[in-house]
Amino acid sequence: MFRNQYDSDVTVWSPQGRLHQVEYAMEAVKLGTATVGLKNRETAVLVALCKPTSELSASQRKIIPIDDHLGISIAGITADARVLSRYLRSECLNYKHSYDSTYPVSRLITNLGNKMQTTTQRYDRRPYGVGLLVAGYDENGPHVFQVTPSATFYNCKANSIGSRSQSARTYLGKNLDTFLDCSNDDIICHGILAILGSLPTDEHQSKENTAQFNITVAIVGKNQPFKILSEQENEKYLRMAKEKGAPADPPRNDDDDDRPSTSDQPDAGPRDPEVLVATEQRP
Amino acid sequence: MYNNYNCLAQPLWQNGPVPGEFYNFTGGQTHIQKLPRELTTAGPYGTKHSTAAITTGSSVLGIRYDGGVMLAADTLVSYGSLARYQNIERVFKINKNILLGGSGDFADIQSIKRSIDQKMIEDQCCDDNIEMKPKSLASWMTRVLYNRRSRMNPLYIDVVVGGVDTEGTPYLANVDLRGRSHEDYVIATGFARHLAIPLVREKKPKDRDFTAVEASELIRTCMEVLYYRDTRNISQYTVGVCSANGCGVEGPFQVNENWTFAETIKGY
Repeated sequence: MFRNQYDSDVTVWSPQGRLHQVEYAMEAVKLGTATVGLKNRETAVLVALCKPTSELSASQRKIIPIDDHLGISIAGITADARVLSRYLRSECLNYKHSYDSTYPVSRLITNLGNKMQTTTQRYDRRPYGVGLLVAGYDENGPHVFQVTPSATFYNCKANSIGSRSQSARTYLGKNLDTFLDCSNDDIICHGILAILGSLPTDEHQSKENTAQFNITVAIVGKNQPFKILSEQENEKYLRMAKEKGAPADPPRNDDDDDRPSTSDQPDAGPRDPEVLVATEQRP
Repeated sequence: MYNNYNCLAQPLWQNGPVPGEFYNFTGGQTHIQKLPRELTTAGPYGTKHSTAAITTGSSVLGIRYDGGVMLAADTLVSYGSLARYQNIERVFKINKNILLGGSGDFADIQSIKRSIDQKMIEDQCCDDNIEMKPKSLASWMTRVLYNRRSRMNPLYIDVVVGGVDTEGTPYLANVDLRGRSHEDYVIATGFARHLAIPLVREKKPKDRDFTAVEASELIRTCMEVLYYRDTRNISQYTVGVCSANGCGVEGPFQVNENWTFAETIKGY
């Protein structure tokens, strides 16, 4: 693994201006299975790939409902996600108790970002090793937010995180213009098609065999409380998606950017923070 | 200090570390609840809470109509039976969706008004075009007022919250000093509850809401009746109007005074 002179602690800067521990935490997101978030004019959708860790176990829950208007999909350390989701739930509940209305999504994410940031600035904490895609609906419409372990958050039009998520992002980027005017069925199909590309290559080829992989779909929007779709609905949309079109291309080689880095030498120069998929403008 | 051993001054739920809790470094994100000193610490002679309103505003009347709400209150703040301050507005614009009318202890109204104004500034600081809705403010008021009554230290106020929500639906509610709240098409506090509500209910068409014209006409007659019959009223009043088109406080207006009947009244 990495050996750096300046990665002993989260609070230690490298001379290049980087926080190595925080960057390592970002790598944890790429260990989780892929998940996609996207939205049309009135609805936000999350699609997650759940793979059982062994044939004997059930798959991990990838999508966590937070409140009626909001849910998250996770990639990374599940235990960290559980802590964050408990925090989000209690914040939403407190807000509802005080104000008799739902927590505005952008404010909740700012709040979460502030909480997560403190872990990157204190020697006795470590960053949360989980990336989140947040789908929510409030008076400003549907939202998809990406939250990273570095406590940065992006207000996305569509995005994907997790292992091999680059192909899903390519698919989303290609079809970005069509999303806004999609029907709800179509937007779910787009999500499924995007995520099919992030299946491991061998499973992708035998994707007729649905036992090999498992998707979870959640939807939230106008007059639609956050809902994780049932098994039957999943199959319906999976069939619909396959009729609709070709899934995203699987990654050409396995040294895809989004796999955890394995090289001994991390690239030397500082990287600019990259915005992966088009983000929303501030109002 | 043995003065702090006053068991009456112990707050209901705060103070002291929670058993089994971890030590928190300063600057951590774990919120250590800090209450205002007057809520936690006993003074040298124990703690005394206010038991009555001192400077008071009288009635507030609110009427909901088809496109919004109207709130009216006279501009008098009394000191006991003395008409002490005669030109003080008691209907406030909170933001572009919310009006607040306050009666009861005017110091407490000013205090809660400052807290609300601070919340509105925090809303604006988010810079996300989301403003508080009247329903949310009414809910928050019940929480605050109920909390204060549970500490045996209530705010002696009776407020009317009115406004429109995102869809332009009017909302009108009352929250009192114990944290009780209710919604209706007509809301009144103080003497207006006895004098104005029957007048408004009498005029309410069964099948529809009031129109703006009907509402303003009712406000005018009700403020007149209140002026004649409530000794803690004066003839000047302000009216707050909130609809989807905007929100503001108008006036001051003057009640139509007619004292010609006075000479017929004898025997007092």
